[in-house]
Amino acid sequence: MAMRLERQPDEVVDRDVTLTFTWNGRTYPAYAGDTIASALAACGVRIFSRSFKYHRPRGLLTASYLDPGCMVQVGDEPNVRGAHRLVEPGMRVRSQDTWPSLAVDVKAANQLVGRFLPAGFYYKTFMGPRRLWPAYERVLERFAHGGEIPDLSSYQRQDHRYDQRHVHPDVLVAGGGPAGMAAAVAAAAAGATVLLVEEEHALGGHLRWGGDDVRSALRELRGRVETAPGIEVLTDSVVLGRYDDNWVSVVQRGLPTVNERLVKARAKSLVVAPGLVERPYVFAGNDVPGVMLSTAVRRLVDLYAVKPGHRAVVLSANPDGDAATEALRRVGVDVAHVEDARRGGDIVRVHGRDRVRAVELGDGRRVDCDLVVTATGWTAPVSLLTMAGAVPAYDARAARFRADPAQLPDNVLATGGVVGDGSLDELVAHGEATGRVAARRAAAVGRRWRAASPTAHKQAGPLVEVADDAPPALPVDPHPELFRARTHGIVDFSEDVSSADLVTAVAEGYESAELAKRYTTATMGPVQGKLETVNVIAIIAEATRRTIEETGTTTWRPPYAPVTLGALAGPEREPVRRSPLQSWHDAHAATPLVAGAWIRPDHYGDPAGEVRAVREGVGLIDVTPIGKLDLHGPDVPRLLNLVYLNRWSKLAVGRVRYGVMCAEDGVVLDDGVTARLGESSYLMTTTSSGAATVWEWLERWLQTEHPDWRVHITPVTTAYASINVAGPRSRELVRRVVADVDLDPDAFPYMHVRTGTVAGVADCVLWRIGFTGELSYELHVPAGHGLHVWEALLAAGGDLGARAFGVEAQRILRLEKGHLIVGQDTDGLSRAGSAGLEGLVKLDKEDFAGRPELAWQDQQRDYPRLVGLRTTDPTVVPVEGSQVVADDGGIGGRVTSSRMSPTLDRSVVLAQLDASLAHAGSEVTIAMVDGTRVTAVVTAGLAQVDPEGERLHG
Amino acid sequence: MMLIPCPWCGPRDAAEFAYLGEPAPRPDPTAASPEQWRGYLYLRHNVAGPGTERWYHRMGCRRHLLVERDTTTNEVRPHRSHVGDES
Repeated sequence: MAMRLERQPDEVVDRDVTLTFTWNGRTYPAYAGDTIASALAACGVRIFSRSFKYHRPRGLLTASYLDPGCMVQVGDEPNVRGAHRLVEPGMRVRSQDTWPSLAVDVKAANQLVGRFLPAGFYYKTFMGPRRLWPAYERVLERFAHGGEIPDLSSYQRQDHRYDQRHVHPDVLVAGGGPAGMAAAVAAAAAGATVLLVEEEHALGGHLRWGGDDVRSALRELRGRVETAPGIEVLTDSVVLGRYDDNWVSVVQRGLPTVNERLVKARAKSLVVAPGLVERPYVFAGNDVPGVMLSTAVRRLVDLYAVKPGHRAVVLSANPDGDAATEALRRVGVDVAHVEDARRGGDIVRVHGRDRVRAVELGDGRRVDCDLVVTATGWTAPVSLLTMAGAVPAYDARAARFRADPAQLPDNVLATGGVVGDGSLDELVAHGEATGRVAARRAAAVGRRWRAASPTAHKQAGPLVEVADDAPPALPVDPHPELFRARTHGIVDFSEDVSSADLVTAVAEGYESAELAKRYTTATMGPVQGKLETVNVIAIIAEATRRTIEETGTTTWRPPYAPVTLGALAGPEREPVRRSPLQSWHDAHAATPLVAGAWIRPDHYGDPAGEVRAVREGVGLIDVTPIGKLDLHGPDVPRLLNLVYLNRWSKLAVGRVRYGVMCAEDGVVLDDGVTARLGESSYLMTTTSSGAATVWEWLERWLQTEHPDWRVHITPVTTAYASINVAGPRSRELVRRVVADVDLDPDAFPYMHVRTGTVAGVADCVLWRIGFTGELSYELHVPAGHGLHVWEALLAAGGDLGARAFGVEAQRILRLEKGHLIVGQDTDGLSRAGSAGLEGLVKLDKEDFAGRPELAWQDQQRDYPRLVGLRTTDPTVVPVEGSQVVADDGGIGGRVTSSRMSPTLDRSVVLAQLDASLAHAGSEVTIAMVDGTRVTAVVTAGLAQVDPEGERLHG
Repeated sequence: MMLIPCPWCGPRDAAEFAYLGEPAPRPDPTAASPEQWRGYLYLRHNVAGPGTERWYHRMGCRRHLLVERDTTTNEVRPHRSHVGDES
């Protein structure tokens, strides 16, 4: 650690803990608390990356999160901010996008051919011809920045975890410098809960490298934050954006168990206190390793005890530049020359390629050195304020854009450097006053929210009343306007855009800042303008002979800082619903099927055998996921008449009816059966996937069109385990477990419902329906007893050959019977007529959902039809989705369902066909996936097995 | 992410709600012309400025509600009447 200084009073490294890590394969030491860049710099490393376009060597510029020259690959994580990320033991760090190595990068030849990479080169170079685009893309990929993304398997190994959290602080303070800390403490003292968010690894802001003068003040402020009740501090965390009603997103990094966490805060008031960001200076060679900002020097020296160079030249326009000079002298750097910009001093050129060798001053003198420090001005990071509605204006006296806090809504306040300058006492006083106002306004918001919540506690909590003290004004110090020397240099270090590029763009007509930005990509790299926007504006202003005020700034949009897609997506949260019988299915080798939110048994190894069992004996299927809605009230028949196509007024107690629902555009929405259990008590079933939709659909009608109707709806899908017992011997089986229901066909006919006791379980609902086309009983059993009833049925039916069947067998059975599945045999354009449901549409009813559309469809007659197809070759099963070819070679329809039928020993097919093809007996052509074509004949009806329905009614 | 004033639950995050948009009165289904009916299905005024909207508190009390929202500022206020009484 040749460049490591002796112990510094404010250093953040722990010299008792030495770690090792690798950089491009070589092992380096570090102290705990070192960033990757500080540890490497302490060992004399000066080059951390190659620049984006010209592959010029880049060193430290800001020594902070924003440092554009320190993007590195850590393990399988690309684009890590090397001047921010702390070293961990054994970390494997590599430089990104260099070949063959960081030291010798052949792409650096780009800088020799710079004239081929001019401003807007993306738009000029790769225009055409179109057929060359694949080649262009390969070239661009080679030169594109960015590290290597991990392969998918590491995500599957759960190495990458992300998290989200919701918080509801009274006051959120963005920025933990002196003003932010003071605001947090004052808000907490006024009774507010506070979330204090700081981008760095510790609170303190610029006080951290402020030396002897501020050390005790920093200690005291940190102590007050620590002891104040109700302040939560998030370090290594950044506010990304401010949205409506102070919805504030924060990315939290550096966590032990997750890669990143997105914190979603609803803050009653927001205090914006991001301080100031030091601005680079534009001159020839300003990106040579060894040129850095004054704050970088002070971070390196004070926080990491790293000597930034041996012989320095400083260009200083402000007290911080002077303080950096002092710091350099204090630690033994030979300060060869200080050029004072306040007295007209300037730096115009750096000599050297891989490192600074000398600097040329404004008056032409040349000074040998290996370190050039600039302190030429500050940028106010106004992003959050502009997101809240402020329009920043250029203040020529202070040489920065500033936002007027008066333009902010009540619930957003600003304090600290983003507002103005001033002594430490002034900043703290402003922060405290701002914090008190924030707490008071948060309390008012809270009272407003409680007043608007009928169910909330009306009494306010113990909120301390505080005075309405408007924050004192912060002075704004004058600062010389310094953006560019008389030479051209790099403006956007991330994107390798020079001031000459901007001048070229203006000469080519891109005079608007927004256009020149997009044309040159200046401010569009990883730093996103935080360092370079004001320089870009100033150079465009100069080139267009306008003032900076006239040029105006570009728009700031969220996110303020980068956030991983993983954090935005959050942890994987896909709840799975299981029927009470699922343990039995698992134990009996069921192949699981994911059906919407449910796991269901697809089959138990032999779907064809399961089909035959149902057709010949008796089978049981778990149909728990079927949507079930309990409807109560005298107006249920009116509701049913409104949502179903058919008539429901005269459904007698004990009866079940099939119904289809259409949306108001006439498209089939759902189907199911509904039973009348009592005088004003009904049980409706829906498709499994439609359960939630139908519930909301019914509520919508009741709440918006008919609030006077007396109907109460309770979803009971998971309150029951549902078992369908199907097959010619189903009555025999059910009779063995049901004591109090007369199962005689005359007493309990098809499409009727009974309630009774099944296998000792009371309050079961039994209905005779038949999706499979067989005699069948659907039993809805209180869910907790579902497994018992299922096992009792199987035990009782052993001699009948009773066996479980899965979803696949059910699909075959219903297809043989020609029963449609909404959403499979229909799509988002299928009105009732296209689902073979003309018979159900009762146009003599005055009103039902979708009625006008269905009436018009009925008049037109040219809509597609759902038909059965019988393939000429009975062994051919065209895959679902295969197209039916019309006579003119166009598309005449599509296969919606197809299976081999174990009952008929031939394929069974349903298809949507154009009206012209959909006549019984007409022959159609199906295009198979393999390109061959087969013929099929339209069948007379949809049902291929038992079209007369004798089995159902038996 | 704005707050929606639910008359039953108080101000809640918009993510808890389904947006149902500008209410359109349902024409008489026995007398409506295709133009009227499809206007009800598909056409809305979509004003830039204050307007009445219907929201559904799907992740909350499951009630439909009306609010006034200014589409240019996202300023949201409770509506004077309840759903069903708006016309």
